[in-house]
Amino acid sequence: MTANDMTSNETAKHAAGPTGTGPTIDQETLLQNETDPLTHTPVHLMELEGVGKHYGNIIALTEVTMAVDMGRVTCVLGDNGAGKSTLIKIIAGLHQHDEGTFKIMGQERKLTSPREALDSGIAAVYQDLAVVGLMPIWRNFFLGSEITTGRGPFRRLDVKAMKEITKNELADMGIDLRDVEQPIGQLSGGERQCVAIARAVHFGAKALILDEPTAALGVKQSGVVLRYILQARDRGLGVIFITHNPHHAFPVGDRFLLLKRGKSIGYYDKKDITLDELTAQMAGGAELAELAHELEALGSHGDLAQELEAEVAETAGQLPH
Amino acid sequence: MTTLLKPPPALDERVGKRGMVSNLLGRPEIGALVGAIVLFIFFSIVAPVFLQANSFATVLYGSSTIGIMAVGVALLMIGGEFDLSAGVAVISSALTASLFSWYFSVNVWVGVGLALVVSLAIGFVNGWILMKTKLPSFIVTLATFLMLTGLNLALTRLIGGSVATPSIATMDGFASAQAVFANDFTIAGVDLKSPVFIWIILVAITSWLLLRTRVGNWIFAVGGDENAARAVGVPVKWTKIGLFMGVGFCGWVLGMHNLFAFDAVQSGEGIGNEFLYIIAAVIGGCLLTGGYGSAIGGAIGAFIFGMANKGIVYAQWNPDWFKFFLGLMLLLATIVNLIVKRRADSK
Repeated sequence: MTANDMTSNETAKHAAGPTGTGPTIDQETLLQNETDPLTHTPVHLMELEGVGKHYGNIIALTEVTMAVDMGRVTCVLGDNGAGKSTLIKIIAGLHQHDEGTFKIMGQERKLTSPREALDSGIAAVYQDLAVVGLMPIWRNFFLGSEITTGRGPFRRLDVKAMKEITKNELADMGIDLRDVEQPIGQLSGGERQCVAIARAVHFGAKALILDEPTAALGVKQSGVVLRYILQARDRGLGVIFITHNPHHAFPVGDRFLLLKRGKSIGYYDKKDITLDELTAQMAGGAELAELAHELEALGSHGDLAQELEAEVAETAGQLPH
Repeated sequence: MTTLLKPPPALDERVGKRGMVSNLLGRPEIGALVGAIVLFIFFSIVAPVFLQANSFATVLYGSSTIGIMAVGVALLMIGGEFDLSAGVAVISSALTASLFSWYFSVNVWVGVGLALVVSLAIGFVNGWILMKTKLPSFIVTLATFLMLTGLNLALTRLIGGSVATPSIATMDGFASAQAVFANDFTIAGVDLKSPVFIWIILVAITSWLLLRTRVGNWIFAVGGDENAARAVGVPVKWTKIGLFMGVGFCGWVLGMHNLFAFDAVQSGEGIGNEFLYIIAAVIGGCLLTGGYGSAIGGAIGAFIFGMANKGIVYAQWNPDWFKFFLGLMLLLATIVNLIVKRRADSK
């Protein structure tokens, strides 16, 4: 069984199911039709176990274990250089892991190209969004997967259908765009992000990888994008949300993988962790305290230093170590 | 939380009615069109002979010899690349057909066929080196330009013994090939040459290709953002190689015309013409950075070139002024393009 066979009735069933932010989705119900072809036991949509990757003598990633399920959001948190990019490159088929196992629908896989990942239902929305700024929204939406009509040398684009579908798909995602003929470069960062997500959803993505979708956005725009992540989840997609901001990750995530210097420093279910713990884990309590002292010494950022100190005090007792 | 966002209203109040005029102004070729009309009126006034049907046919012919190449070059530029070897590649194609047929004494159609293969191969090699090395196309095609220039001269002298190819006028198939590539049609008393028709057909086909096919979508995408195009599964490498081969095909068509309009080819010709093709495409609204432009724009650019070229003769001015005129046209047309585009986009 290939990942192409992922049944779409889950999607439909789940879309009608409970839609709260909390872990109200019952794993058994969710996965009852997804069985391993050999053992007939429920499997994860994607499962990484002890995955590692090195470039020459540089170890970029080691011992990473995580799972992604339909209708769930798995957040990958980490600072710059933590190995987040390497991880998504492995999942999106740009690089291949050389340690551990990577299973899709219970089947061990090694993706050799982004095309293979796409065919397996894994779509990545990168920071640069892979949109061509000068081209109209509808052309961008269908780029690489255009709908055509006619035969042989008269095979041509079905412009009307594509515009129609673009408009409807965006409306379904709750994206309210003015005119699909507009060059996509004229949209705001958040809107472009949403078009990219809607595109991935339309083309049958079962798993959506979002690479720092909120990094370049303002507060309000970030909120909009977080809502679209929930929309995608509620449509039954397995979402991998990569971010360095625990405040963005916590409200939408069901599972959290924390990376630091290429290593996993924690993998939690939502019920086992609080936002404060997550924040403390991310920053590392000691480092945060040190930073607060440094800032205080500089004297020019009194407010910020106080804030940090307050945070250190608050989270010190919650650190697991 | 069941509905996260309200569905959008059926009619969006933010979509203002965009008038026909401003829609037209948003087209890439508008600057060129305005320039062409101005130039046409100008020459009609200073040289009344310009308006006669036969002079107009001559202008069209002059335009077509640039325009056929401008079609391929415009597409290539929309795809984000340059081809500096386009000018000499035309002559290489003509030389191949002529020398091969003459040396082996075969039907000229064999040479014509071989020339097509060679032209497409030159395009393929340009594109393939570009995609393999990731060097800028400016460097890659500058290198092929120089190599082809040398090959044209050296091989012609080596095989034919002179700087020009020997005449092939009496060989088998010459008459039928001439009938295709360099024929004169008299329609309602006006002499029209076959390149004019080939040009118009090429422009029509490529316009359709560009705006209404998947390949057209890919051409805009690879020129606009190569990495984005690759990420969504566009075959970037083959699109670009195909574009270079398209320029090769246009070079073959024009090369065959050059050969059969006379019966011999000068091996040193073609140098510098690549800029005329690029100029035509740029006047026609193609962005130098790629991702924007049109095939019709390139055609209008070539037409402007044809009008300026012949108009100066009809106005009985010294042709020395032509290059100055061309430079001025290039500057004005691109400035108009820029202003018009900004204004149309801000509406």
